[in-house]
Amino acid sequence: MTKPPQQQRTGLLQGTLDMLILRTLLYGPAHGHDIGKHIQRTTNDFLQMQHGSLYPALHRLEERGWVVSKWEMAPDRNREFKYYRLTEAGRKQLLVEESQWKQMAEAVARVMWPAAEES
Amino acid sequence: MKWWRTTKRNADLERELQSDLELEEEEQRERGLSSEEARRAALRAFGNPTLIREQTRATWSWSWLESLVSDLKYGFRGMSRNAGSTIFAILIVGLGIGAASTVFSVVNALLLRPLPFRDPGQLVWIANGDCCSTQVEHFADLREQNQSFSDLAGWSGGYSSGNEELTRSGEPERITSVAVTGNFFPLLGVDPVVGRSFTREESEGKYAAPTAMLMSNNFWRRRFDSDPSIIGRKLTLNNQPVSVIGVLPESFDFASIFAPGTPIDVFIPWPLMDKNKPNGNTMAVVGRLKPGVTVENAQAEFTVLGIQLDSQHPERNGIKPKLAPLEKHVSGEVRPALVVLMCAVGVVMLIVCANLSHLQLARMGTRQKEMAIRAALGAGRLRLLRQVLTESVTLSLCGAALGLLLAVAGTRGLAHLSAFNLPLLASVQVDGSTLAFTLLAAVASGVLFGLAPALQVPTYKLREGLQAAGRESSGSGPHGWFRDGLVVSQFALACVLLVGAALLIQSFLRVLDVNLGFQPERAAALRIDPSFPISNAAQANSFIDDVLQRARAVPGVSAAGISDILPLDGDRSWQIGAKGQVYDKNNHPEGFIRVVTDGYFEALRIALKSGREFSPSDRETSEPVVMINESLARTLWPGQDAVGKLMTQDGGRRVIGVVADVHHGGPEREGGSEMYIPMRQTGDYSAMRLVVRTTLPPDSLATGIRVALRPIDPNLPVTEFQTLQGLVDKVVSPRRFLVMLLSGFAGFALLLASLGIYALISYSVHQRTKEIGIRMALGANSGLVLRGVLATTLRLALAGVVLGTLGSFALSKWIESLLFGTTPANPAVFSGVDLLLCAVALLAAYIPARRASRIEPLQALRTE
Repeated sequence: MTKPPQQQRTGLLQGTLDMLILRTLLYGPAHGHDIGKHIQRTTNDFLQMQHGSLYPALHRLEERGWVVSKWEMAPDRNREFKYYRLTEAGRKQLLVEESQWKQMAEAVARVMWPAAEES
Repeated sequence: MKWWRTTKRNADLERELQSDLELEEEEQRERGLSSEEARRAALRAFGNPTLIREQTRATWSWSWLESLVSDLKYGFRGMSRNAGSTIFAILIVGLGIGAASTVFSVVNALLLRPLPFRDPGQLVWIANGDCCSTQVEHFADLREQNQSFSDLAGWSGGYSSGNEELTRSGEPERITSVAVTGNFFPLLGVDPVVGRSFTREESEGKYAAPTAMLMSNNFWRRRFDSDPSIIGRKLTLNNQPVSVIGVLPESFDFASIFAPGTPIDVFIPWPLMDKNKPNGNTMAVVGRLKPGVTVENAQAEFTVLGIQLDSQHPERNGIKPKLAPLEKHVSGEVRPALVVLMCAVGVVMLIVCANLSHLQLARMGTRQKEMAIRAALGAGRLRLLRQVLTESVTLSLCGAALGLLLAVAGTRGLAHLSAFNLPLLASVQVDGSTLAFTLLAAVASGVLFGLAPALQVPTYKLREGLQAAGRESSGSGPHGWFRDGLVVSQFALACVLLVGAALLIQSFLRVLDVNLGFQPERAAALRIDPSFPISNAAQANSFIDDVLQRARAVPGVSAAGISDILPLDGDRSWQIGAKGQVYDKNNHPEGFIRVVTDGYFEALRIALKSGREFSPSDRETSEPVVMINESLARTLWPGQDAVGKLMTQDGGRRVIGVVADVHHGGPEREGGSEMYIPMRQTGDYSAMRLVVRTTLPPDSLATGIRVALRPIDPNLPVTEFQTLQGLVDKVVSPRRFLVMLLSGFAGFALLLASLGIYALISYSVHQRTKEIGIRMALGANSGLVLRGVLATTLRLALAGVVLGTLGSFALSKWIESLLFGTTPANPAVFSGVDLLLCAVALLAAYIPARRASRIEPLQALRTE
């Protein structure tokens, strides 16, 4: 599979984007632009969403059955957008990825700040 | 995901991106930017929409197909732009794959495909020692006493072409029958397509008086138009009524499996217990192993049984059972030749790949700019690499289509070469496994010759690629060594093939040169067995006298005799000995038996070494006499004159003459001991063949002889005259087959190698036009340039030849078993091939070299 030539500015770990998207969709259905904006806003622009990875990620998630999509009227724009909605499988996947991420973060923390652990 | 939904999905993605892009734009506008600025900002934020589209599509399952289709379209466009080199490439691949698939079909039929029997893996060939068939009594005892086999069956090895006379149903015709044991077909698991197999009563009748027969499918179709009502009808075979009880399936071709070259028309039962059957080792035996028993176990048991039988029955011929899986026995002799052919085809394919690799590399050189532009427009390296590989595989698949046509034609041709003495040849065809092989070969070779150009892709840098503008600046660029390597390897591989082919051609010529002990040229034979019953020796002798007298009177006939078996066309062996001598049971002399009349030795030009030949007066009433060959004379009476000695045969026969050895098993086999018994003194023969030597072409003689003999026997069937040269040709045909194919491959390899070096030198001359121009401007004359180019060529060719010589030297041991009268390290062959290759290389390079020497300095410098 083709690798995106431009990485996220902070070098998002492989698969992390999927988790972030799934987590964002927990609030309710959203379209691609919404999701990107949300992640960017929530991280205070630390994670600048590149559409080059957002759309492939969304389609990948849909292909795997973790999200479903539907064209729906946006309440404020009076136009149809493609809304993505979390499925049951997606919810489960989010839990899995969350716990994996937690373990990973803890493991990294233990190496990086061993003193904090002891005190 | 179905492909037809992809279009819908594309539109969906397009709409999604568009709506999100518009939203971004709106938001930017709301932030206070002008609409033009907002659009640009939105595009900036979005990035390259084409790339997003491609990457998103890549997550869909069918994206690979989509890009494959576009690669293919692109490839085809490129191929049609370069029609000349494309056709050339397809032609080369097609020839290579055609050869490979044809050889594979042969290998598949002879070595890979199971024999057309039930559980063929359980079937075992049971020979007697290295040479001989088995005596019927031994067969009966082995069958009774062994524990390893569920059953043994056999057939009479003494049958020969045209041994039955079919009369009273249309045109009289000589047909070929073979006598088999009653359980032969059930044991093999071959069921008649119509009718049934032999019953017990039918298979235990009287010898040479069968009451029932089975027909081969071929004969049924040819003679009776596949009429099923033939079952139950009585046909007249050798003047006796025989019922047709069944027809065998088309898949069962006895001849092609057990006796290549002699098609069998009918099968008759062989009553083993009848006392009138011929004596001696007459039986070929097969067995079906019990489940779980291995060939090794069975061999161990049979070795013991053989020793027991030998000691219990000193009056019989010796028995040394030698077991081998039937499949191995059938294909065993041709296996080394086929392995050599397969390797040769592999080498040819490698040369084809090396050749095309160079061609593709040159084409890639001119496409540097195109690749650089595609890379600049966002094509990933992998994508470009895949593009190049797709193109080469497409090319090789087109070649494979051509190759398949060639293979179909080739296998059709081979399957109808009944003159070739090869087993299972008739079943050679392009089937599913050949198709799979062809596809595999095409893809593999496409990847192989596309790999080098494809791996070059990542090195295309935008700036350099655009600047170089489709031209490498110097011939000795980064891929110079690789191109040289391709040419060197082509020469090395061609050298290996040529050496192999030359050694085998030399062997073939040596085989043809062998003194067979008789002169096959201008000798021919015709079956003349009387169609009326002969009741006593006096009647038989008057028939013989009559036939010989009339035959000798035919114009063009210089000598005539009668024999029961022709050289190279069957054998019958007995234990024979000198009278008064006691022989070790395990080491008893054996010899091949021929029953002949006077004139036979003259007709075949078998040299008389001492004593006298048979004369018409050696009859039933005179002293029993015998003639032997030199081998037998040496065996029985070493260092003495055999003439006048007595042999044990028929209560004592006096040796009256010694003749030269005849290679009756073929030029490559030693003759062995032979004994000739006068036909006028015995009834123990199953055929009468008139053998004549002529001064005319044998075909023109056939009618004359038939007319001459008609007064004696008006029913003399119309059969082909058999030339002795034809028999010799048949025996050497497997070797001829191998030599023909291998020479073809070697020639093709030589052509490819010379094309390869021509292409390389042309290319490098073209690349170096400027350099050569400068050198000539500086005073180099055209002779110097010519010599320079030729020297480069020679260096490359020599490198290849040296490698190839070493390689063939290492590999030649492998074909040692196929050689005859020459050694694997034959210096004449090696030096001849090496010289030929260098000469061909120089010749191929001469044209571009001459072009180089004609370069006008001014013009050359202006071309850049």
